[in-house]
Amino acid sequence: MSYGVSDAWVRFGSQAALRGVSVDVPTGQVTAVVGGDGAGKTTLLRSLVGRVGLDQGSVAVPARERIGYLPATAGSWLDMSVQENIDFVGGAYGLAGQALAQRSDPLLERADLAGVRDRLSGQLSGGMRRKLGFCLAMLPDPELLVLDEPSTGVDPVSRVDLWRLISEAAANGSAVLMSTTYLDEAERCASLLVLHDGRTLLSGTPHEVVSSLPGTIVSTATLSRPDFGWRHGRELREWFPEGRQPTGGVAITPGLEDVVIASSLKLALDGEEQP
Amino acid sequence: MILKEFRELRRDRRTLAMLIAMPLLLLVVFGYAANFSVDTVRTAVVGPQAEQATTQLPAFFDVTTVEPDGTRSTAEDLLQRGEIDVAFVSSTGSAVALVDGSNLFAAQSIVSVLNRLSDQVTTEVLYNPELKTSWVMIPAIIGLILTFIGTIITSIGLVRERQTGTLEQLAVMPIKPSTVIFGKIAPYFLVASIDMALITVLGMWLFSVPFNGNPLVFALGGALFLFVVLGLGVFISTVSQNAGQAIQLAFFFLLPQILLSGMIFPLDAMAAGVRWIAYFLPLTYFTMISRGVMLRGAPLDSLWLPIGALTVMALLVFTGAVLRFRRDLAPTRRKRVSTTEEGTETDTQAGST
Repeated sequence: MSYGVSDAWVRFGSQAALRGVSVDVPTGQVTAVVGGDGAGKTTLLRSLVGRVGLDQGSVAVPARERIGYLPATAGSWLDMSVQENIDFVGGAYGLAGQALAQRSDPLLERADLAGVRDRLSGQLSGGMRRKLGFCLAMLPDPELLVLDEPSTGVDPVSRVDLWRLISEAAANGSAVLMSTTYLDEAERCASLLVLHDGRTLLSGTPHEVVSSLPGTIVSTATLSRPDFGWRHGRELREWFPEGRQPTGGVAITPGLEDVVIASSLKLALDGEEQP
Repeated sequence: MILKEFRELRRDRRTLAMLIAMPLLLLVVFGYAANFSVDTVRTAVVGPQAEQATTQLPAFFDVTTVEPDGTRSTAEDLLQRGEIDVAFVSSTGSAVALVDGSNLFAAQSIVSVLNRLSDQVTTEVLYNPELKTSWVMIPAIIGLILTFIGTIITSIGLVRERQTGTLEQLAVMPIKPSTVIFGKIAPYFLVASIDMALITVLGMWLFSVPFNGNPLVFALGGALFLFVVLGLGVFISTVSQNAGQAIQLAFFFLLPQILLSGMIFPLDAMAAGVRWIAYFLPLTYFTMISRGVMLRGAPLDSLWLPIGALTVMALLVFTGAVLRFRRDLAPTRRKRVSTTEEGTETDTQAGST
């Protein structure tokens, strides 16, 4: 089974937040939505969970009781303890007593939160709070799990923990859609969608996305066209469109970050070439 | 730094409004409302000499009722119902002036005028014989505290869900919007009700304020009033993004109620241009009910005006606010078209591209 949106258009006033975006979220795998600020990631995720209505397009989602959602904000009630958060959200999904414990105990154990059940959510570290938010989203054993930047602002160790939890959720049969600004995370996903200004820039498996870029990326000491170059660590990289020979540097096998940057440059170039 | 502060201030419209519009508003409203002296009082004259006595009264006494067949009991009934401020019970050779002490400033003016009249009039102040300020303030302060809880505390409680993003989670969880709204408002209603009972008992205990009327009438007035102020709190939360904005807006609602509800300045003494504002304020009506019930023991049917006004306000404000809140929880733009057999819901939208 697969969930997702098809040809989604969303406008806020005169501003189009999504312009014909489609994403397929198959069960048993993690799909990433990547993009810069204002690319439309959150709008896309919110449209899947019913918080934003589409002006055009269609949404395929499971019943509300089988959707788990972690918004980009806190993800839990700060003035309630870990256990109280679990009890409240569990109750909303019809879970209580033994049934709730059977569902929540393994989740809290895996998230390393079992020892802090009595601690207020507001007193948890950022990473622990995100993991709690993840556990709350996982409580209904969701068929579709939607995570809005689950690891943003989280320390590297907690990011690893979160990624483990997310991949386990997918392995257990959930269809997972997560937005992220970390391309290393996106690279680990089964498929990804790169958004730019509400449009689909790239989509497919990480391999397909990386291979989809036309032209060549070179590692160089000096940029022949600064508008088409960027810094990658201590190196400079430059993209040459298809049919244009690199003027210097060494052609490299690009990573996802290179492809995403080069694709946005391509989009800008295509825009300039439009009459 | 100064330039930065001015730039930020210019874009913070609510603070700007508080800095510019509020002082002007306060000056105008306060200037016209701040008046303790009552020019005329509603007067009844009863008893065999009523017609004759009426002609002898100074213009200060605006005679609205003349009943030659009436007795002291008739006069007390009119006073208890709040229809008049003073009643003259006339008989051969002497007269008794019964003054409604629950309307403090009017009563003080009446006593002062009567003291200057001949010794033939005996003055009796009912419901607040010693004309204690605390006796008329406590019933109004109960309303003020409820307004505080209803608007500020409720709006902060609700806006916190929005600020922390948990409102988004509530909206996605399989809970009906009506359940969320009820669950969010009921605790404040309960706490405010307990507060109301507590403040009333404390006021009676600490300041010896009497409770002469029917507690059920008081509870009815209190419940209606709570619906209005809780509705205001919910409304404020729907137009605020954070607690600071909610508090700012709540003060916009709170301040006029303190100044114009008749709690401090008598409605009768306010300039007509300002007094009409008072009739749109819920605290005005709650104060009428609380003073009426606690001090005068006013019966339910005599309080039809404030109870009716609060009922209309409760229906309008509470319903409007809840609908706004509901809109936040369940966006209506999305139109469900079909549900597949597998339980997968497919929502399709069509619009102009």
